[in-house]
Amino acid sequence: MGETGAVQRRGLRTFTLFGRRRGGFRLGGHFGPRVRKATFRSVFFAPALLLLLFLVVYPILQTVYLSFMSATGAPTLGNYGAVLSDPETINPNLSWPPPLGTLIHNALWVTIHLPISLLFGLWMALILREVKGSSIVKSAIFLGMVTPMIVGGVILRFLFETGPGIVPSFFDAIGVRSLAVSWLNYRETALLGLIFGSVWLWTGFSLIVYSAGLTTIPQDYFEAAKIDGTPPFRMFFRITLPLLRPMTLVIITMTLLWELKIFDIVYAAAGPTGGTRGSVDVLSLQMFNYFVQGNYNLAAAVATLLTLLTLVATVFLFRRMVRP
Amino acid sequence: MKRRWPKIRLRTIVIHLIAWAVALVWIIPFLGVFSTATRPASEVTFGWWQVNPYHPTLDNFIRALTQPTYSVSKGYLNSLIIAVPGTLVPLFVAALAGYGFSRFSFPMRDYIFLAIVLIMSVPSQMIAIPIFQIMVNLQLVDNQLSLILLHTAWGLPWIILFMRNFFSALPLEVEEAARVDGASDLRIFFRIVLPMAIPAFASAGILQFMWVWNDFFFALILIFNPDKMPATLMVPHLASGQYTTDWGVLTAGSILVLLIPLALYVLLQKYYIRGMIGWTIKG
Repeated sequence: MGETGAVQRRGLRTFTLFGRRRGGFRLGGHFGPRVRKATFRSVFFAPALLLLLFLVVYPILQTVYLSFMSATGAPTLGNYGAVLSDPETINPNLSWPPPLGTLIHNALWVTIHLPISLLFGLWMALILREVKGSSIVKSAIFLGMVTPMIVGGVILRFLFETGPGIVPSFFDAIGVRSLAVSWLNYRETALLGLIFGSVWLWTGFSLIVYSAGLTTIPQDYFEAAKIDGTPPFRMFFRITLPLLRPMTLVIITMTLLWELKIFDIVYAAAGPTGGTRGSVDVLSLQMFNYFVQGNYNLAAAVATLLTLLTLVATVFLFRRMVRP
Repeated sequence: MKRRWPKIRLRTIVIHLIAWAVALVWIIPFLGVFSTATRPASEVTFGWWQVNPYHPTLDNFIRALTQPTYSVSKGYLNSLIIAVPGTLVPLFVAALAGYGFSRFSFPMRDYIFLAIVLIMSVPSQMIAIPIFQIMVNLQLVDNQLSLILLHTAWGLPWIILFMRNFFSALPLEVEEAARVDGASDLRIFFRIVLPMAIPAFASAGILQFMWVWNDFFFALILIFNPDKMPATLMVPHLASGQYTTDWGVLTAGSILVLLIPLALYVLLQKYYIRGMIGWTIKG
């Protein structure tokens, strides 16, 4: 028995979940108990696998299937053609102000929101090491992460609307009349308002992850570098940043996923139609509106495109994590 | 030495000023929401930052809680009905699977595990249409059971990953000893492993509860009856009227919905952060 235990610890067991043995039946005499054991062990996986198969895997495959079907049930690539050539997805007239199309809006969200929230979170994590009461500051910044995103959207509208909003009043006070308006009502300002506002909601994530990462770096590294007379900026680029690499990758991936999936904020701040003429519309909202209209095939095509984008982001993380 | 001392002080002061200024900027929106929610509308006409006069009132909260169709109190109850089982069931199911993935080996194990982890990145929109059709067929639309089932399945991938990482880090000696004594896998799991996993349950449970409580999209496509809606779904309806927004009741409702995740975070911060970090970094 003890020896069996040792073998199991090394993960060298040869029976399978379904009682079949790898490499034939050379030890046929032991087949019975092994099958029983494997059956018992499948109890651990059965509930999870059944739930995942019926409520996640099947729906994913069904959505892919629907995206390749016409409304009458014939196989087609037309849904993707229709979605990608729709000005709602990519506006051929790519000029400010929006709508530029949902795909471009999501891309703008990534190009503006990702670097700002990542770098700002890193910078705050670095300076907060030297601040007394830093846990209070961290908690204040982290509040946005705890806030339900639907409430986050309401608060963004509250911030940018003339009357209750402090942002228009601020620009009024400093004399910038063009920004002293209800940001979300105007195509020129609505999208940028939501993107900058979502920095406020999301920076807490990179701050917390970077802060945790910084505590894992041994102080000796910095002390040794100091003795060698290494200047601080060099210490940062040669020691801190490389050691924070895993955190950076995680933050980039999670932030990318968050930006691609963004829905509640837009819905709450600008309504289900995505603001004036769809000026803040995003892919997930576009999918939702096709769905509400009963246009399941187009909705499925948008959802599949969105999923492809998120998978690219995730694979990026996996490949970088595996590479030494 | 004497000449360097003031330089360090200046740097420290500047850093403190920046840090506290950022904290202030970050907290201002919440101050605004609080100020608007706790005062009559007439006092905030010229901005919530006008604090003279300030007559605190709970009127907005009462109106949000007793709104005739979309009352937040009803939403609260519905959210709890969904979120409590929607947290406990997936925790248990995922603990079983996570333990299995960390202890038993079988062909394709790592591929199945990788597939489960990849599912984490799939957006909710990808399953929305078939889920809606399944729930229509099961006659579970407008029934909170649909959301409990869906959140259970949807939460599984990351909780399995989290629990597997936790179990992989546990020492094997106790389990070995029990196995020598003739205990079965299930008995070992329930008697020895589960009690050790309570901190992991706390971390994963908080995150899952918050995810379910904060969910908007799944509820939006499955619940249409205002009597069955969770609290998040009530929020957009509190601001009735196309051109005028009743900010008093909307901010009060927002605070009420935000209160539960905020309280969980404040009370169980340690577990929350640990769950967040473990879930992202070790993943």
